[in-house]
Amino acid sequence: MTAPAPQTRIDLVRVAEMVEPGSRALDVGCGDGALLRLLADTRGVDGRGIELSQKGVHDCVAKGLSVIQGDADTDLVDYPDDAFDYVILSQTLQATRQPKVVLEHMLRIGRRAIVSFPNFGHWRIRAQLAFRGRMPVTESLSYAWYDTPNIHFCTIRDFVDLTREVGARIEKSLALDGKGRPLQVNLPWWAWNLLGEQAVFLLRRK
Amino acid sequence: MGGPAPNLNGSTLEADAPSSLVARFGPDRPLRLDAGVGLTPLTIAYQTYGALNPAKSNAFLICHALTGDQHVANRNPVTGKSGWWETMVGPGKPIDTERFFVICANVLGGCMGTTGPASTNPATGKPYGLDLPLVTIADMVRAQAMLIDHLGIETLFCVAGGSMGGMQVLQWVASYPDRVFSALPIATAARHSSQNIAFHEVGRQAIMADPDWRDGRYLAEGVSPSKGLAVARMAAHITYLSENALHRKFGRKLQDRAARTFSFDADFQVESYLRHQGATFVERFDPNSYLFMTRAMDYFDLAADYGGSLPGAFKDAKTRFCVVSFTSDWLFPTADSRAIVHALNATGASVSFVEVETDKGHDAFLLDEPDLFAATRGFIDAAARARGLRPARSR
Repeated sequence: MTAPAPQTRIDLVRVAEMVEPGSRALDVGCGDGALLRLLADTRGVDGRGIELSQKGVHDCVAKGLSVIQGDADTDLVDYPDDAFDYVILSQTLQATRQPKVVLEHMLRIGRRAIVSFPNFGHWRIRAQLAFRGRMPVTESLSYAWYDTPNIHFCTIRDFVDLTREVGARIEKSLALDGKGRPLQVNLPWWAWNLLGEQAVFLLRRK
Repeated sequence: MGGPAPNLNGSTLEADAPSSLVARFGPDRPLRLDAGVGLTPLTIAYQTYGALNPAKSNAFLICHALTGDQHVANRNPVTGKSGWWETMVGPGKPIDTERFFVICANVLGGCMGTTGPASTNPATGKPYGLDLPLVTIADMVRAQAMLIDHLGIETLFCVAGGSMGGMQVLQWVASYPDRVFSALPIATAARHSSQNIAFHEVGRQAIMADPDWRDGRYLAEGVSPSKGLAVARMAAHITYLSENALHRKFGRKLQDRAARTFSFDADFQVESYLRHQGATFVERFDPNSYLFMTRAMDYFDLAADYGGSLPGAFKDAKTRFCVVSFTSDWLFPTADSRAIVHALNATGASVSFVEVETDKGHDAFLLDEPDLFAATRGFIDAAARARGLRPARSR
């Protein structure tokens, strides 16, 4: 096992830390395969990926990763129950058409699910909407409202509600600041919801 | 009075005396056919490239398509042209002959030296014609397995092929799950579609409507249903391309003339092109073999052989898969490849799936497609690492 390369996105490291070494994982929306690579290199994970963009799939397959071209909204239905130890959705939840259905499938296909997402409740986002009267555009959410692929934003508290609705148990949760550092764990939900730029949840079926 | 003049084009010469390596299997080892009979004797004509390593772990089998042959990466003895997959196979190519021992056999029922309808039936001394039992994709693969046994190879590092070759790849994994380490089915399907059976039927009817077909006995009678075979090839060739590719290449351009001739001459370039495709094809392919090949594809329905469940066909496989399709392929559309991928997902297999963006249609797998090369190279290199094969020489 090697230390992650220094340029690795810090939120991916946080996700990877939640995965048991030697397990089987499916990364939904795996992009260029950075997380799959990290999981294989640092945790010996047998990883698979689904990616919508042709370029992402090509990059992954050219790196020797097992990735299929597909869509989280339509293709998860084809996976059998309990096929993986973990199903991971990293920074993709907000781009799905049916986040609840996607989450339900994740909890069906995997014994655990890991979801990381941008927190729309962060104070900077609230401030843009409240004081400037504009749809927020931040460093991590850099799209204008008319061309964003992100169609289903939520806050940390919204997501917690969704986990209850789909009957998931939260095993771990993290809120990360702008640099990907975890906020103190003993802060109340409202503080995470205000100060966390991103959140990472480890869920399992009840 | 002498017999009819022998009708020997390049392929009928190759059928009994191939310019290839040959493996012969006598009456002690008949090939059991799906049609319920044994075939003996059996000849398999094949080519190899590169060297088998001492561990015999680097064997790479290529399965050819409907009108392909074993001459993957060498000058073709009939056409004089370069091998049909030299874009993909050779030193430093994705299928690297400096690393892998590449094998390609002429398929059962073919006309380039493996036993087929143009081969001489030892029982009669005449070409088999329609006396050869119909063969299936599974029969072709069973024959290839006999060759692989003959070469002393237990497990193939990879089995790759496009179109009908891809069907054989899938059949290999289904029939011999422990003998295939990785599989690369390209532009193919786990079953032949109704539309594709329909196109094949048009081709067969064109051949059988030619008065020189003579119920399949044309070789013995010294004639050839060349017109019928040419029409079959012309129709099929359209399905290998795409509307965009045809339009880009030919548009409505006229052939060597300034104006329409108000006749049924080949006014349009696209007509002239198709006629040329038909005319050159009949020089190298046996009409009965065309009937046999198309029928084998029509009969292919892998799920049907496993209780209607495609995942059932792959349930024992530890094989690593890379499935490739092309956006403009309407003969084996991406949906066909997705059906394979879904079945593999259901078994928890290791599978990659790439849809290559191109307007070149089904034939794209034979053409210069950098995205195809990048994806297959990445897949093959990763599989080679997992198999413990030495890395590619850096270039």
